[in-house]
Amino acid sequence: MPESAIILNAVGIQRALTRMAHEIAERNEATADIVLVGIQRGGVPLAEQLGRLLSSIVNQTIPVGSLDVNLHRDDLDQRAAPKLHPTQIPFDVSGKTLVLVDDVLFSGRTIRAAMDSLNDFGRPRKIQLAVLVDRGHRELPIKADFVGKNQPTSPTEKVQVRLGVPGSEDQVILHRP
Amino acid sequence: MSWHRKHLLDIESLSADEIITVLDTAKAFKAVGERAIKKVPALRGRTVVNLFVEPSTRTRISFELAQQRLSADIVNFTAEASSLKKGETLKDTAKNLEALNADFIVIRHSAAGAPHFLSRVLNAHVINAGDGAHEHPTQALLDAFTIRERTGRIAGLNVTILGDILFSRVARSNIWALTKLGAKVTLCGPATLVPRTFEAMGCRVTHDVDEALREADIIHLLRIQHERQRKTMFPSIGEYTTLYGLNKARFAKAPPEALIMHPGPINRGVEIDNDLADCPRSLILEQVTNGLAVRMAVLFLVNGGKGPQEIAPS
Repeated sequence: MPESAIILNAVGIQRALTRMAHEIAERNEATADIVLVGIQRGGVPLAEQLGRLLSSIVNQTIPVGSLDVNLHRDDLDQRAAPKLHPTQIPFDVSGKTLVLVDDVLFSGRTIRAAMDSLNDFGRPRKIQLAVLVDRGHRELPIKADFVGKNQPTSPTEKVQVRLGVPGSEDQVILHRP
Repeated sequence: MSWHRKHLLDIESLSADEIITVLDTAKAFKAVGERAIKKVPALRGRTVVNLFVEPSTRTRISFELAQQRLSADIVNFTAEASSLKKGETLKDTAKNLEALNADFIVIRHSAAGAPHFLSRVLNAHVINAGDGAHEHPTQALLDAFTIRERTGRIAGLNVTILGDILFSRVARSNIWALTKLGAKVTLCGPATLVPRTFEAMGCRVTHDVDEALREADIIHLLRIQHERQRKTMFPSIGEYTTLYGLNKARFAKAPPEALIMHPGPINRGVEIDNDLADCPRSLILEQVTNGLAVRMAVLFLVNGGKGPQEIAPS
C-alpha cells in the first residue's frame, strides 16, 4: 500500500535553511570568498534561497550560480539521454570557497559528477556540500558539510522536495512504495 | 523531453516533440561551446566511425568537432581511401568497422536509404549525414535551431525554399521539419527543379520568385546540385541567376525582417548576390556554428536511445 508522509513543512524548510546559512557563515570566516552553486534542478531554488539568507547574515552579496551535471554522469550509456538544463556560473570560481547545493543527497554520484564538472570552470580553493535532506545509502565516499535534515530511508522509498511549485506549499515528502 | 531512438535516419519519421527535444538539447550544447573549456566527457570511451562514401567537407568537419567535444574516439573513413574502391560492399565495410567495436556510424552516401540499410544490419547507432537526394536530417535540425533562436518561433512563419529542390536532400529534410513544427513552406525555382509533386509533402509550389518572396520570413537558398543532374535542367547558370538568383532588387521586395539562410557551400553571384551573403540579415555563418551544437545533441541523444527503433518502410 503506497503511502506518503510530510517530513518537512514550509516552516521546517525555512528553519533548516536559516540554520544552514548560519553554519556556512560560521564555518567560513572569509565570507567574501563564498560562492554558492545549485545543482540542477532541485538545488537551484535552494541555492537562491540560501544565497539570500547568507547575504543578509554576512551583509554582502553572495554570488549564486547553477550547474547541470548531466554531461558528467557515469551512467550515460545505461539510460535514456537526460534533459539538459542551463549551467550559469557568471563569476570566477578559482580561489573561492564554493558551496555546492542540492536538495537530496542519496548515492553521492550526482555530487561526484558536479565536482568533475566544476573542473571545467576553474579551481576553487575549497568545495563544501550543503543538502536539504540526507537520506543515506551512499555509493561513494562523499559526505555533506551542511545538512537540513537527516532522514533514514529504505532504498525503495522516494524523497520529493517541493519548492516554489505554484498552488502548493513548500514541503519535503517521503513516498513509500 | 522525448527521445528513445537508437538512430537518426531521417526527419520524416520524427515527431514534432522529438525535433523540439533535439533543439532544446542543442541549446544546452551551444552554451557548452561558449565556455573556456568546451569539452565534456559524455561520450568518453565510445568510438565513432565517420563513413563518408560521398565527399563532404563541412558536414564531416562539423561532426568530427562535435565528436571531439563529446570526448569520443574517432575513425575517419573516406571513399577514396577505402576498400569500397576495391569492390567491397557497403555492408561488409560497415560490418568490418563494427568488428572494431565502433559504437556509432555517421554515414554520408550517394544512395538514398544507405543509413536505413546499415541500421538494419548493424548493432551500432547510425546517424545519417546525407543520403543521396533523400534526407540530410542534421542540416534540417540546425536550420530549425537557427530559425528558432533568431525569431523565437517556427510555427506560423513563412519559409521560402528557393532553388534546386528536386535534387536536394536538404530541401526534403527541411520540408519535413518545418511543416511538422507548423511553418508554412513555399518552394520556388525552375519548373524542372520544383515539380508540383512536392505539394504532397504539405507545401506550396510556385515558379514566380517575386511572389514567393513577398511574404517570406525566412528565405532558404539552395545550391544548384550539378553533381546530381544527369541532364541539363535549365538553359544556363546565367539564366538561372537572372530568373531565380537572390539579388538586391528581389530581396528589397521581401519583408524588411526577412532572413537569408543557405546550407553552403554558397556560389556567390549564382544563387546569391555577393553582398547579400555577408549582410546582417544573412544567417549563413550562424548556421555553421549551430550545426556543431545540433550534432553534439544528436550524438548525445542517440547514445541513450536503446528502445525499439521505428524503421521507415524501404
